[in-house]
Formats: sequence, C-alpha cells, structure tokens
Amino acid sequence: MKYLDEFSDPVIARRMLDDITRTVTRPWSIMEVCGGQTHTIIRNGIDQLLPEGVELIHGPGCPVCVTPLETIDRALSIAARRDVIFCSFGDMIRVPGSSTDLFRVKSQGGDVRVVYSPLDAVNLAQANPDKQVVFFAIGFETTAPANAMAVVMAQHLGLTNFSVLVSHVLVPPAICTIMDSPSHRVQGFLAAGHVCTVMGTSEYGPLVERYRVPIVVTGFEPLDVLEGIRRVLGQLEGGRYELDNAYPRVVRNEGNPAALAVIRDVFVTCDRAWRGIGTIGASGWKLSDRYADFDAENRFDVADVVVQESPLCRSGEVLQGLIKPHECPAFANECTPRMPLGAPMVSNEGACAAYYQFRRVESSVHA
Amino acid sequence: MSEELDLEGWTCPLPLRDQPSIVMGHGGGGRLSGELIEHLFVPAFAGTEHAEVLARLGDAAVFDLGGARLAFSTDSYVVRPRFFPGGDIGSLAVHGTVNDVAMSGATPVAISVGVILEEGLALEELGRIANSMGDAARRAGVSIVTGDTKVVDVGHGDGVYINTAGVGLIPPGVDLGAHQVRAGDVVIVSGEIGAHGIAIMSVREGLAFGSDIVSDSAPLNGLVASMMASGAQIRMMRDPTRGGLGATLNEIARASRIGITIAERAIPVAEEVRAACGFLGLDPTGVANEGKLVAIVAPADVDTLLDAMRAHRLARAATVIGTVVPEHEGVVVVTTGIGGSRVLDVPLTEQLPRIC
Repeated sequence: MKYLDEFSDPVIARRMLDDITRTVTRPWSIMEVCGGQTHTIIRNGIDQLLPEGVELIHGPGCPVCVTPLETIDRALSIAARRDVIFCSFGDMIRVPGSSTDLFRVKSQGGDVRVVYSPLDAVNLAQANPDKQVVFFAIGFETTAPANAMAVVMAQHLGLTNFSVLVSHVLVPPAICTIMDSPSHRVQGFLAAGHVCTVMGTSEYGPLVERYRVPIVVTGFEPLDVLEGIRRVLGQLEGGRYELDNAYPRVVRNEGNPAALAVIRDVFVTCDRAWRGIGTIGASGWKLSDRYADFDAENRFDVADVVVQESPLCRSGEVLQGLIKPHECPAFANECTPRMPLGAPMVSNEGACAAYYQFRRVESSVHA
Repeated sequence: MSEELDLEGWTCPLPLRDQPSIVMGHGGGGRLSGELIEHLFVPAFAGTEHAEVLARLGDAAVFDLGGARLAFSTDSYVVRPRFFPGGDIGSLAVHGTVNDVAMSGATPVAISVGVILEEGLALEELGRIANSMGDAARRAGVSIVTGDTKVVDVGHGDGVYINTAGVGLIPPGVDLGAHQVRAGDVVIVSGEIGAHGIAIMSVREGLAFGSDIVSDSAPLNGLVASMMASGAQIRMMRDPTRGGLGATLNEIARASRIGITIAERAIPVAEEVRAACGFLGLDPTGVANEGKLVAIVAPADVDTLLDAMRAHRLARAATVIGTVVPEHEGVVVVTTGIGGSRVLDVPLTEQLPRIC
C-alpha cells in the first residue's frame, strides 16, 4: 500500500537496526511521548529489536490515559442522562471512572455512541433535535482542529442541542514536567509527529536548549519510529542536543496555519489536571468565551462530582517514566487488562497492558 | 459497583463479579463472551447425559446418536444494518450455522429457522430476508426443515432477530478437534481476512465511510468437503467469525494446550481492508469474517491441503500463516513484519476505533 508498506520494509528495518547497534556504546533511555508511537513500538516489537541497554520509556502522550478522573466522571454523569446522546472516540469507552465506565453506562440505558469524527456528532445533533448531543473532546493538539471545527460548525448551523466536554492537553508542558522532575531518567525525546503537523516545531527548540536534550520529530510507521530512535541515539552518542525533524514528509516547521487559526478561535490555554500526574500549568485548552455556550460543563450541572481514584494505581509515575509498570504493586494483581485500575492497562498499547502481555510469553518460556 | 449487589449466594465464580449486568461485550465473541459461557452457562447446564459435549465448546456439538455421529450447532443473528454490502441478515443466518456445523468435518443436512419480528416491520422487507435465506440454503445444499415465528411489541425488538440451528452427519473415521492438535502442526487460513467486519462498519451509523468492501459471507461446506476429500490429515477447523482470526487462534491454543506462532506478513489482508483498519486504528486479526476458516494440518500434508483449498473458489488465497509450537501454552505470538514479536491477545470486547 502506497505510503504505508514502504515504511515497514523488513530489509530497511534490519539495516537501520544494524546502524543503531553499531552507533550505541552505552545504555540510553529515550521517551516516545505519543501513544500512537507506543502503539507502533508494541505492535511491531521494536523495543525487543533494539540493542541491549537502549530503553524506550512510554510517555504520557496517550490522551485517554491522562484525561483526568473528574472529567471522566462528568462524562459518565452526562452520558447517563436520558435526554443525552453521548459521543466519544472508541478507546475512551472502557476507561474506568470512579465507579463505572461508558460501556456500563450504555448497558444501563445510556445512549453512548462511538464516532470516528467529531463532525459525526454534529450530524447527530442535527438529526436529533429533541436530544442533547454531547461530544467528549479529548486529545492532544492533533485532535484539536477537528474538535474545534465541530464547535464552529455547530455555531454556524445554529445548533442549540450540541455541546462538547473538553479535556485537551498539550505536549510541551508535559515534557517540561517530566524534565523538571528530579528523578527523571529521560535522555532524549521522540516528539509526536502529528502534534507537530498541526503546531509546527517552534515550541521544541527552546526545550532542547533549556534541558540540553535531543528532540527528534518522529512519524508513526515502523521505519519512522526506528529513524527517530536512530537520530536521537546519534545525537546522544555524539554529545549533541538538537531539534531534528525526521518526519519532513508530513511536518512543516510552521505547522498547519488553517488548523492553528481554528484552534486559536475556539480554544484558550488553561491549567489542566493530568490523570495520575497532577495539575500542570498552562497545559491544556478550554473553549474560549466566544464559544462558552457549547461547553457541556456549563450546560449540565456536573461541577460537584466527587472522584475516587484507586489508591493502588501508580499510572502517573509510569507515564512519566519514573517507574516501570511491573514496579507498581497492583500490576498483575489487582490491576489486569480484564479489570484495569488505570488507563494504561486498558488498551493493548497502554504501557501497563503491553508489559502484562509480554510477561505472559516470558513467564511461559522461563517456566 | 459490585459491593452494592449480594453476589455471595450466586453460583458463578469470581471472574464475572466485576460486571454485574450484561454489556455489549458479552456478545462480542471476545473474552467476556467466553467467560459468560464458561462460568455461567456451562455450570448451569451441567448434569445431563451429553452435557460434557457443551463443555468442549466447539463451533458445533459432536455426539453419537443411533449409530450416527452428529454435529449440531445454533447461532442467533442481530446484525445491524440488516442489509449490508455483500449480504443480509437472512443469508448470514444460514451461512453462519452451515459453517459452524461444517467445521467439525460434518456434512450439514438440515437447519431450523426461528424469527422474532417487531410489530411494524414491512412485510416486503421480511419477504426479501426470507427469499435470501431460501437462496442461501439452496446454494449451500441444506434444507430448512422447521421453524418458528414470534412477534413482539414495537420497541421490544430491532425489526428482525433470527435464530438458526443446524445438524450434519460426520463421516465414519472423521474426528477433528483440539485434542488432535500437536506441536509441529501448521496453521492455514483460507483467504483474506477482515472483510465482513469492515463492510458492516462502513455502513454503520456514526462510522460510515465510503468503501467498496463487501462481506465475505459464504457457505463453507463445499470447501470443507473438498478439504476432507483431499486425504490431508486435518487436525481441526474453526471459522473465525466474531473476535476475528485472533480470537479463534487463541481458542485453538487454549483448547489444545499448545502455543501458536504466526508470521504477520503471511496473514492475507485485502488492501482496502488494511487501509480501512489503518485509519480506524483496528487490527485486522480482530475483525469478523463470515466466509473464512482456519485449519490446523499435519506438516507432511500442507501442500496436499493447500492444493485442494486453492482449487475451490472460496479459498484461492489459502495460505500458511504459522505453526503450532510446544512453548507458551495457550498463547499466540505474532512475528511482526520487521522481525519483532508480540502477543496476539483476545480482545475483551469488539474492537473500537482508536483516537491515537
């Protein structure tokens, strides 16, 4: 398939791995920030192919994982209302709130729908004028343009039965939080290619200088990820720290001006709580005053949710690379893919679930 | 949630407790479905002469009756939309049961049809569905011999639900099943996977996308007959419907108490299906099929079986995808395209499109 198969060619992959092996002289820890890259790494087994000592730390770039518990509880409360059609991306459906998840809300009569595009939720609002249609607008900078467009469209159409529950988060403040942590282990970053497609690369130069850390803008196919790793390791071994774009076929330095315009129209920067990590200043977007009418938090009375996070789950430390999943006492005990306590155990590419699966083979081989 | 309910007196063992009511995943063919059957139905239905047949959890129940060896299977159909690219609920209901019976090596003979109709359904639509069932039965060479009709109030059904059950005769000397599988055996799939699930998804509200992908819904009994006639030592067969190839391989690995390794590059996936899976964030191995089968065959007979399969129009793309190994019992490991590996797990529920 054009533009896909070329980027998973096993011969080129082998050559790149050989090059990496020749380059590396000592252990290094690299964080891929984006959940999409974690997915590629786990799906293709890239972490097992790297030379010993090169460790990939799966970062906080899974939007589902970092959406704060109080927001999920608000979503669950809204979704349970009989007058609401609640629309969400598919991977949010099983993420546990304090006491339930969207799947179970649906099983108890809630009208919960999986949509692929936020504009589908706008269409649903048009088709169901007697219902309130709420879209769960989560994600990093990548999903923001489409989410913003849905709000603009709803306003354009004069819809009064459409609103969004916004929990947008931003990559650069998360990188700062990780690097400011005294116990962090990260020596280089793969920056999320699709975030930079929207935002451009200008935010990352200052981070490179401030933390003296290599940041390589990286794509999502197996060879893209290997190339990102190869370039970070090249810098580390050479004692350099630079901003490098290894995904130039998609990412331009200035980003996508049309997307940036709609984002700036619809959203304003705000402090944001990250699940398991805590509140990070200026790390999110909320609706600007101009679009406040479309804010589901205003439309529905959900300000007073009382959250109860599992006291056992240490997913925040996992997402910052401070501990490995199996170092969490709940790992594979109280917390399994079957009964996840935290979001990283929910999907197969979540850091905790990935470790869990890998252990099944390891333990049967060594048993 | 579970602390609000008194589950102490319930006979059901632990794994179901965290899910005190039915969720869609219980019917999705993934792990939740399996647990419901294993922990709720099998214990509840125990204590009769042939009850151990159910506990084997094959696609079809196999047992002796009056000197004959029978395969018996049932399935219910609630697909939405009722008409989809490449088929409809009627033809699907016939093919599904014919295939479940055929996987045991049986020749399907007769099926029953039960329909639950919602008040208000257009007769014209029911007529189209009935005609489609008749056509499917004639093409598959099975007879619809008994049936039942019920009507429920408006709002208490979804237009049409169909249940079919089928019986077939297993020829003397044929004994397929998980107990036959051993290390060194070879895993074959009959063709490109994932078409049915993607075809349905492409026309479902909220996900609809333009696509030419059509369901692979088809009766497999003719193909199975050719495979059996080839003389190859087939250990077992399954049709990877809900839950997809991944769930089926996991069921085989668990039931046979062996490990399976699969080469990802060897799994046949049509380009359009791969593209659709790519942008929806789905794994083709978790997407439903309705006209494919997985066969485990003795290593010496691989070529014989492949020749027989490829001669049949429903299995031109039949190919080897992996092997049975003595290691990692009950676990399916995929060797990835670039040479890494990962565990191919059973999805807990139906796969959902991902955000990232």
